[in-house]
Amino acid sequence: MSATSGGRGAAPVGDEPAPASEPGVTPASGPQAPWWSRTVRLFGEANPLVLTVLAMLSAVVLGGVLIDATSTTVLHAWSRIGSHPGRALSLTVTTVADAYGAIFTGSIISPSAVSHAVSTGKGWTGVFTPLSETATYATPLIFAGLGVALGFSTGVFNIGAQGQLIGGALAALYAGFELHLPIGIHLPLVVLAGAAGGAAVGFVPGILKARTGAHEVIVTIMLNYVMIYLLDYLLTVQPFQQPGQTNAVSRVLSGTARQPHLFGSGLSVNLSFILALAMGAAMSWFMRSSTLGFSFRVIGSNPDAGRTAGMSVAKVTTLVMTFSGLLAGMAGMATLTGTDFYLSSPYGGNIGFDAITVALLGRNKPVGVLLGSLLWASLEYGAKNMQLNTGIPVDLASVVQALIVFFIATPLLVRDIYHLRQTGARGVQLFTKGWSG
Amino acid sequence: MADITSSAARVAPDQRHSGRRWAAAFSAIGVVAVAATTAGVAASGATSPHRAAPAARAHAAKFLACEVTDTGGINDESFNQSAYAGATEAAAINHNITTTYLQSSSTSDYTPNIDRLLAKGCGIIVTVGFDMANNTSAAAKANPKAKFAIVDFPSTQKNLLGLTYETNQDAFLGGYLAAAMSKSGVVGTFGGQEIPPVTIYMNGWVAGVRYYDKVNHAHVTALGYVPAAKSAPGLYAAKSGEFTNNFTDQTLGATITKAEMAQGADVIFPVAGAVGLGAAQAVKSAGAGHYMEWVDTDGCLSAKQYCSLFLTSVTKGIATSVRDAVLSAYNGTFHGGNYTGTLKNGGVALSPYHDFAHDIPAKVKAAIASLKARIIAGKINLDPNAYPAS
Repeated sequence: MSATSGGRGAAPVGDEPAPASEPGVTPASGPQAPWWSRTVRLFGEANPLVLTVLAMLSAVVLGGVLIDATSTTVLHAWSRIGSHPGRALSLTVTTVADAYGAIFTGSIISPSAVSHAVSTGKGWTGVFTPLSETATYATPLIFAGLGVALGFSTGVFNIGAQGQLIGGALAALYAGFELHLPIGIHLPLVVLAGAAGGAAVGFVPGILKARTGAHEVIVTIMLNYVMIYLLDYLLTVQPFQQPGQTNAVSRVLSGTARQPHLFGSGLSVNLSFILALAMGAAMSWFMRSSTLGFSFRVIGSNPDAGRTAGMSVAKVTTLVMTFSGLLAGMAGMATLTGTDFYLSSPYGGNIGFDAITVALLGRNKPVGVLLGSLLWASLEYGAKNMQLNTGIPVDLASVVQALIVFFIATPLLVRDIYHLRQTGARGVQLFTKGWSG
Repeated sequence: MADITSSAARVAPDQRHSGRRWAAAFSAIGVVAVAATTAGVAASGATSPHRAAPAARAHAAKFLACEVTDTGGINDESFNQSAYAGATEAAAINHNITTTYLQSSSTSDYTPNIDRLLAKGCGIIVTVGFDMANNTSAAAKANPKAKFAIVDFPSTQKNLLGLTYETNQDAFLGGYLAAAMSKSGVVGTFGGQEIPPVTIYMNGWVAGVRYYDKVNHAHVTALGYVPAAKSAPGLYAAKSGEFTNNFTDQTLGATITKAEMAQGADVIFPVAGAVGLGAAQAVKSAGAGHYMEWVDTDGCLSAKQYCSLFLTSVTKGIATSVRDAVLSAYNGTFHGGNYTGTLKNGGVALSPYHDFAHDIPAKVKAAIASLKARIIAGKINLDPNAYPAS
């Protein structure tokens, strides 16, 4: 892949409707074009940022149509459009506005809570609750999303984040109730145990692929089932089951194995969020600057080139799956030590699969995964507020989420809908290689 | 490889470069316009969250009854749905009560959902299932002024009402009826998960079958559940049994049902929520002479399409008890502690026989009626180990 030929900096075409057949050719007038013209032109380009923003907007607009189409009040108003046209139109707009408004105020910040806090001096916790919850919801997604993204950018499809998450949670749980240590030692050990548990589950498909060629997609999917039912079983036997219970509920973590809250007990955001950010930074550095990360990237884009250059494809595949599992395992550790403190079955909700989405949203870049996770989490958590305040079912928020993924995954469609110019080789590309890659 | 789409894209400008400038301008305007609209949308929603609320809500409701579902969701054809039906019944009785709920998609949702509802000012928060017991108990402790009720879990707190049901009582009657109606001498059950709210049903049902054998000198075998020889009081452990390990997989329900029918069972009792629909499908395709009993709710109301298969339903009065809890919270007569549904207080019951009202012999109906009276009087041992298995 050529690096940046014809990238956005090189092709700020001027006033002429550029007849350029090669995107790399820069018209002479280019550099002289005023800055505002160049900025505006950027919005018309099919660069990743514009594509992502437009994909989200498309989803929001389509989701709005769905919200209206499923609202009996709106439909009723439309059935009487002849007599009250204004009411039908205003209801159409306000229903969608209230729905998205509720998602926003529920997951980011609520102006009414701010004004209440400012005028009374109380209730500042309430002001920050939405942000704190969004960060807490995003934490496991960031971990698992980074894991999946690491695999995708190296050409390895890890569909097993859910199983690795359970592996991490189980290991962290065991270390969390079996050991009795001061928090300064106990918590780091529990974090390491979680990482190790996930890494162990990730190692299996890695080594199988490296040694036998067994396809990681199949193996990781099957390992998900193994882990889901292993959890089911372990929760009903000692030492995992809570004594005196016949329910499938685990023992509870010791107090020293729990993540401290960052801003007091009123806000749920805890140390694992910082850990997630740190892992993102570490992965970013690793992929850019380390020798091993370089060989990951080389083998990801062309295994043959890597092999010719003397890299061991088998070793890299195994390592990638192990690291990927390690990160997913930390997701399970984060929910266990950050918010839940015990395991029940099924565990982890949909995090392992949402992680795939988040990795796609973030285009396999750590910063992208972070932003994608925060967006995803704000939709998840904000949807509760939407349901409470407008009566629109949470499921419709899931539809909006799915639509976002749909548009993100079809960049060519978005480019054509909005008539964006493509920006050369790197403008629009697949995010991952084919399964057989 | 990664370049497939890029090379396709590379061809595109040649074909439609003439309109590029305008397209770019429009898309730029479009982006700004849509962004501005969205911002406006967010702002307007933020400043007036109630503007488009349904008319009913406009009369500032005095009392809000709230439910947090477990991961099964609000339409689980089981306890989440029943509990919400109870809250809705309360709202129908007293128009100052309105209801709302939040669904949980994972265990990590439980506490945030309870917190959201607390912030919303709910008059009572109903949580569903043992899975939420820790979260509910902690929330009740932290908010002594708020009122809580939890389905299927006992309570020791003043502001938390634990709703439990002795469903082994009506399941005992169901087991007796199944044994009496079986032509093949084999009946079968299976559960959704090996947890007390499920196994208590199976325990009572198997006891009923064995009791039938004992008093009628019959040899009806019950498949799918073998009670543990001894278990702690109230725990109803299985020695072995058929469990689907979820409450959603209807295909698995059909598979287990077919397996039990292959061993001769002609009456099936699934204790697995919506999984029972798969069992019903299998029983239906097995043809005449195969029946089942529904669980939790009256199947002829909640799964009408299969009513012709249901001898009866072994019900659990979740809706009624939640309704009463909501009404008591509204009236100010709410007390924490425990409510236990029994045959005596109507908290558990065998539903009407519906389509089988004429097919069930009068003798059997009379036996069940007198059995019910004797269970209420405490004269029947409900422990399956008290009777020999055949």
